[in-house]
Amino acid sequence: MFKNFFLKSTALFIALFLLIFLAVPIFQVFYVSFLDQNGHFTLLNFYDFFQNALFIESFYNSFYVASMSVVLASVFALPLAYFTSRFNFRGSVIIQSLGFIPLIMPPFVGAVAMKLLFGSNGSINLILNDWFGFKIPFMEGLNGVIFVESIHYFPFILINLITSLNNIDRTMEESAQSLGSKGFGLFRRIVLPLSMPGYVAGASLVFLKVFDDLGTPLLLDVNNMLAPQAYLRISSIGINDPMGYVIGVILVLTSIAAVYVAKLALGGKDYSMLQKGGGGMIKRDFLPYQKYLAYFVVFVILFLVLSPHIALTLLSFGTIWSFSVIPDAFTVQHYKAVFENSVFIKNTMLYCSIAAFIDVVLAFFISYIVLRTKIIGRQLLDYIAMSALAIPGLVLGIGYLRTFYSINLPWDNTPLASWWFMIVIILAVRRLPYALRACNAVLMQISKYLEESAESLGAQKISIFRKILIPLMTGGLLAGFITSFSTATVELSATIMLVSTESEAPLAYAIYSYMQTAAGRGPGAAFGLIGVLIVAIGTYLSQLIIEKKYKQRGMEAKV
Amino acid sequence: MIDFYRILSQFFFYLTKLTCFRFDFLTKYKLKKLMRKKMKKILILFISFFMFASSAVANSGNLVIVTSFPKDLSGKFKAAFETKYPNITVEVVGKKTTAGIKYIQETSSNNGTDLFWASAPDAFEVLKGDNLLAKYTSQVKGIPKLVGSYPINDPEGFYTGFAAAGYGMMWNTRYLKANNLPAPKEWIDMADSIYFGHTGMSAPSRSGTTHLTVETLLQGDGFNEGWGKMKSIAANFKTVTARSFGVPDGVNSGDFGVGIVIDFFGLSSIGSGFPVGFVYPTVTTLVPANIGVITNAPNEKNAQLFIDFLLTPEGQEILLDPKIRRLPVNPETYAKAPKDFPNPFKDSSIGAAVKFDVQLSKGRYNLVNSLFDVMITYRLDDLRAAMSAIYKAEEKLGNKNNAKAKKLIAEAKALVAALPITEAKANDAEFNKIFKKKRKKAKDIEKYAGTRQAEVEAEWDKFVIGNYSKAIKKAEEAIKEL
Repeated sequence: MFKNFFLKSTALFIALFLLIFLAVPIFQVFYVSFLDQNGHFTLLNFYDFFQNALFIESFYNSFYVASMSVVLASVFALPLAYFTSRFNFRGSVIIQSLGFIPLIMPPFVGAVAMKLLFGSNGSINLILNDWFGFKIPFMEGLNGVIFVESIHYFPFILINLITSLNNIDRTMEESAQSLGSKGFGLFRRIVLPLSMPGYVAGASLVFLKVFDDLGTPLLLDVNNMLAPQAYLRISSIGINDPMGYVIGVILVLTSIAAVYVAKLALGGKDYSMLQKGGGGMIKRDFLPYQKYLAYFVVFVILFLVLSPHIALTLLSFGTIWSFSVIPDAFTVQHYKAVFENSVFIKNTMLYCSIAAFIDVVLAFFISYIVLRTKIIGRQLLDYIAMSALAIPGLVLGIGYLRTFYSINLPWDNTPLASWWFMIVIILAVRRLPYALRACNAVLMQISKYLEESAESLGAQKISIFRKILIPLMTGGLLAGFITSFSTATVELSATIMLVSTESEAPLAYAIYSYMQTAAGRGPGAAFGLIGVLIVAIGTYLSQLIIEKKYKQRGMEAKV
Repeated sequence: MIDFYRILSQFFFYLTKLTCFRFDFLTKYKLKKLMRKKMKKILILFISFFMFASSAVANSGNLVIVTSFPKDLSGKFKAAFETKYPNITVEVVGKKTTAGIKYIQETSSNNGTDLFWASAPDAFEVLKGDNLLAKYTSQVKGIPKLVGSYPINDPEGFYTGFAAAGYGMMWNTRYLKANNLPAPKEWIDMADSIYFGHTGMSAPSRSGTTHLTVETLLQGDGFNEGWGKMKSIAANFKTVTARSFGVPDGVNSGDFGVGIVIDFFGLSSIGSGFPVGFVYPTVTTLVPANIGVITNAPNEKNAQLFIDFLLTPEGQEILLDPKIRRLPVNPETYAKAPKDFPNPFKDSSIGAAVKFDVQLSKGRYNLVNSLFDVMITYRLDDLRAAMSAIYKAEEKLGNKNNAKAKKLIAEAKALVAALPITEAKANDAEFNKIFKKKRKKAKDIEKYAGTRQAEVEAEWDKFVIGNYSKAIKKAEEAIKEL
């Protein structure tokens, strides 16, 4: 009785939350796509979409870029994940934390930094041209988008993969070994299938993010993709052409389809492990030559994926950086602006930590409801929450203004939409999918027999949550928190619509306003770097906590 | 059940704790400042209460400004204004022009904004069309009626110009030197094949001021000629940026060599020390940057004070700051400007070549944007391929006297320049309604009822793509002839 009541009311609460803060605002914006010129219902706009060669080409381009980015991101992520969780690798915590950093690419500065490094007249190409007389078009056209996107988003695969690998029950491997399996066979039969949920979760996230990403193609001036087409049409001055919203609807539908396909790919298989031995795979030592090779590979990848941040650092300390390999001179002046305006940093810390906390709580319950209960419509909950991933931030921002601006706060009669907590909510809604995927992946690996046996011993749901699920899911929850938190720190497109006073604006907004002037480049980069540092330290600390937990459980057996 | 409540209460406990945390931060770092401000606010409240009681009007209270201007500009004005009127607290909210318009439109039911402050006059036209601007004519003296050939203030009095800006070309000196390129002087220089892949511009649909540049070209050279010129310039583009600041950013970084930018981007980049140069071509329009009071502004009096302040000599002087560098509308301010600072009130060559027809521009505003996007922004690769084939043919032709090849090249060029729409239709008010956003009544679109913008654009796209690939074929034929 109680169990059902509790879960059902939670499900209802979450459904209401998603309805009010996601579905209604989106509907407020998207219904335009079903209207004809006279305001009557029509599907002609969708017909137009499929009649237009440019839109079809954009659709194809978006699909191609998203798929190729998954491939390239996997190339970056697999060695890092495998080496650091499979072997006794010195500094693996640092490497795993550093591998996370590319996700934190501050808006505008990130792209400027990338261009200064990899652009057709960036440092690398200037050096290549000087020494060898040729250039590599890293940043041109669709390939440029793929390059930048896979550097930017490969941590999704990395994080989910590492979590999965660390969750593999070592007894599985041991039993396989005692049965004579080893080497590649062991990898193929045990490690690979067991890490699949994490990999698929990460890969589908990468696909979705790239498919919907606006910033990168816009800043590389690639317009023939869906998201930029939608954005350009929605935000042109004084025009409200329904095609922008039609493309938005198509983005959402494709993303939901992608989540569905990812689910199908995992469907019908039981990935859970009865015994939560944890500790991950048995850690091995490298052979000497392997060691150097592994370090070499890891450092090359790290250098590549961290290069935007290296450029960012140079930019924040440099004076003028123009058509040269490194800045003309160095200064700390830009950091003065940061410390004079530290309120932005405080706001970001506050908003993002609340938002990430809300995300983790919601994600925990949603994944539990979806995977463990038979409540009707539970899948829908998952899809709706995930669809946030596909909503362009700008659209959600406009939807919030339309929905919440006419409601006043009871205490001081200012509009609800301009209350700072709405920024927190919009961040939470936009970043919920990240936490959700992370929770989902861990929960899938926990056998439900653990809970069932606890239940048969008379434990209540709450104590099952507290004593079994939450401890076993700590890694996933923390990963979800960190992903949500850190990606929220650089979120701009939705929040820029809601910021109503500068004193309540987050960091990304400060970067944006600095990056609109020639003189603001340095301070903008300095703000960006500070944001990255905050996230890096947070990630490192949480990695330490997870490591420590495993150690406490005495899992440091070495073979 | 008890457990449930415990978890719930813990959740709220965390929430409240985090909220308190915020105030902790405030008290720790901002106590003094906040106290001072709070005290000031309380004082102001008291004073304004008494003032109100005695029905006197005081210069106090708040002022909320939504602006597209960067902090370097808005911050300076805010500080100067607050020094002059210490009782008024100015709250500046920076948003992109497009986002700012959307914000004001969406919040009009419960308006909290006093002023909209941005560059592009067309942004103000949109707000004016939605009845979101209130009339105000400043009494500050010494501001002329025109800058170049453009009226400084809205003739109907809904918005006020406070600074002028015109389009020109900006280049990176290191880039040009490394690539052995001369700095351009006129628009047509940028159509030269030596600049192929070295230039950039932002799309007119993204930036109201870029739109005016395109429109100036169209009005200066005629609709068909103007588009032909525009396309031959565009064929050299390395990129069409989505943000107007993307162009100075690219030139400053050395990503491309020459960009078509509004003057203050060029002038402030020079002011910030970048190795760049800037020049106005003969055909340019000077356009005022504007400010307007929002309908139902909560602090209308303060809003009007701010507009007056912008126009006073002290406000105008701020525009000369090396990080701002916009052209003041008060001719006397130029006496204090640095030596090489352009003065449109003295130098009549700036912005006077074209008699700008505001009504014509307004009537086909969205159509021109859409046409530019279909022909250039979204099909830049195709346009570049066509032009590069033509360049190759021309290079091979050299000084040879091959009539057939010459003819083929000319045909290819004509194909590239061809428009999917006639000038008459582009100026047809009825046809333009397809591109407007609000069509509440069916009778608004009588003549072209049922025609959708997307449909028209798909047709254009087909035409343009077809022509570009035909042009490539012609150019290749010409090469074979030689």
